[in-house]
Amino acid sequence: MTARTLYDKIWDAHLAHEAEDGTCLLYIDRHLVHEVTSPQAFEGLRMTGRTVRAPDKTIAVPDHNVPTTWDREKGIDNEESRIQVEALDKNAKDFGIHYYPVNDIRQGIVHIVGPEQGWTLPGMTVVCGDSHTATHGAFGALAHGIGTSEVEHVLATQTLIQKKSKNMRVEITGQLRPGVTAKDITLSVIGKTGTAGGTGYVIEYCGEAIRSLSMEGRMTVCNMAIEGGARAGLIAPDETTFEYVQGRPHAPKGAQWEAALAWWKTLHSDDDAQWDKVVTIRGEDIAPVVTWGTSPEDVLPITDVVPDPASFEGGKVEAAKRSLDYMGLTPGTKLADVEIDTVFIGSCTNGRIEDLRAAAEIVKGKKIKDGLRAMVVPGSGLVRLQAEEEGLADIFKDAGFEWRLAGCSMCLAMNPDQLSPGERCAATSNRNFEGRQGRGGRTHLMSPAMAAAAAVTGRLTDVREMM
Amino acid sequence: MEKFETLTGIAAPLPLINVDTDMIIPKQFLKTIKRSGLGVNLFDEMRYADDGSEIPEFVLNRPQYREAQILVAGDNFGCGSSREHAPWALLDFGIRCVIAPSYADIFYNNCFKNGILPIVLPQEQVDVLMKDAEKGANARMTIDLDAQTVTSSDGEVFSFDVDPFRKHCLMNGLDDIGLTMEKSASIDAFEAKAQSERPWV
Repeated sequence: MTARTLYDKIWDAHLAHEAEDGTCLLYIDRHLVHEVTSPQAFEGLRMTGRTVRAPDKTIAVPDHNVPTTWDREKGIDNEESRIQVEALDKNAKDFGIHYYPVNDIRQGIVHIVGPEQGWTLPGMTVVCGDSHTATHGAFGALAHGIGTSEVEHVLATQTLIQKKSKNMRVEITGQLRPGVTAKDITLSVIGKTGTAGGTGYVIEYCGEAIRSLSMEGRMTVCNMAIEGGARAGLIAPDETTFEYVQGRPHAPKGAQWEAALAWWKTLHSDDDAQWDKVVTIRGEDIAPVVTWGTSPEDVLPITDVVPDPASFEGGKVEAAKRSLDYMGLTPGTKLADVEIDTVFIGSCTNGRIEDLRAAAEIVKGKKIKDGLRAMVVPGSGLVRLQAEEEGLADIFKDAGFEWRLAGCSMCLAMNPDQLSPGERCAATSNRNFEGRQGRGGRTHLMSPAMAAAAAVTGRLTDVREMM
Repeated sequence: MEKFETLTGIAAPLPLINVDTDMIIPKQFLKTIKRSGLGVNLFDEMRYADDGSEIPEFVLNRPQYREAQILVAGDNFGCGSSREHAPWALLDFGIRCVIAPSYADIFYNNCFKNGILPIVLPQEQVDVLMKDAEKGANARMTIDLDAQTVTSSDGEVFSFDVDPFRKHCLMNGLDDIGLTMEKSASIDAFEAKAQSERPWV
């Protein structure tokens, strides 16, 4: 048999139909649903008299719109947001799909809830009407975002019409230096390949530095595969994966666990598999990084300075000028001198327990800079509970952080958690686009430890100075 | 879905790279449970000032481009979020075709589901069409999907590639779900096989 990549193997195992022109129907094992990209899809089913083909493989949770304040039991003030969440309540009930409503302790960001509950397993196909579905690739699952028309297609047929992507391997060799995290890996890869570097590819991340990451770190890396343009990011499952999955509510048990494990162990790229593109980065060369512009590819080590737009080529010259104008930055300014107004720790990229531990370790016994607004938004109700039990919540609150309930929050600012025009934020989320965190808001992306350090000093800060 | 066969219309130039879906339709407009009505908020933050007034320099606010049906843009158009509200907003404004050197994957897929044709052309050809679009309302381009050509206002013809299945669906206004349901026997067979091989799923 010809040598295959991990992507090839998962693809082959899910091919339900292939037409003569190469158009394929890929079977979907898990369909995750949230309130923003699904109402029109359910409406489409109703209008055509169609049903959900596999409700037992469909899992819904509201996350984008939900308030993260402690009074959210009283309901959502914004009428449109409330209608959207109520629509999901109704759709989940009417179509009989698994559901974690706002008041369920297991509610949270869909990409945190899926793995946490054991819905995401190695070798699966996982889709959601959300680009950060790439997160689930950390388990060696083929996972990617889809549009609402495709949400409707999956609801109705449990398949997607697909053409196969090309194979790209991103290898991170060696070990990371102290203060460098999974977030720095994923941002550095995008900094090197650009936001379109992965377009047309599925990326498999490999190498010693990736192998050494925990599952949560791997989820952070895969989460931002989409920011590099890739359809999906994958990491081959190993003992770290199996240990994380075992015992979760929806993970297989007993004889089924053994059968699953036997198959999962075959899920790796063959040694002589062919790659269409290969990128290699030395783990030792990765520094703690921040973004300076309005594209996730605008990445530099914290020790660097704001770049001169003239140093770029092609359309990037104008784009960089526009970015710096929007960001209110001058070329040559040391990044570590850039003062911030706000810190946001959370999101599907960095809202898990290890992220909160890393941030708490930096702020423990310290106070946030006077006048700064800082919030921690756990990725799920269960992450919140665990952080409270471990004393992390108290560390954050004592330091002056707001401690919130779970949701997407200020990552995309669909709920009231937003930046004001000109407000500058150190954020652990995934996008620094214009207006992403609120109209006119200025976002610098970084790791949880770096965001925590920035909260203490009130400026972008090299976390290594505080370790 | 509305059929796409030929289109002759005004092309608006948007010479920016990495135009993301947050730019195309900001998140505050994603709270709708409908597909329609988003055109007024297309490119909202670039198009309107804080007080809601129009920014006159923005291309779609300029008198000659208010009826634009084609958008000519830079590399990696539609990157970021998977929101289908982006093509819905373009379509609701009246844009039926985008021309750019490259697109983000999900946005590109979403266009075809909504009767919008995203055309990929090499940078140097996009540059020519960008200049053509800058001429304003008198410069009408013609898209012929069957022939797979773009004709500039000067009569210069550029050929583009498009996936045959997607072309077929677009030209006939076909509903993907209906087509897939015709293959339900294959899906049933796959499901039965997968259930025996991977019962834990």
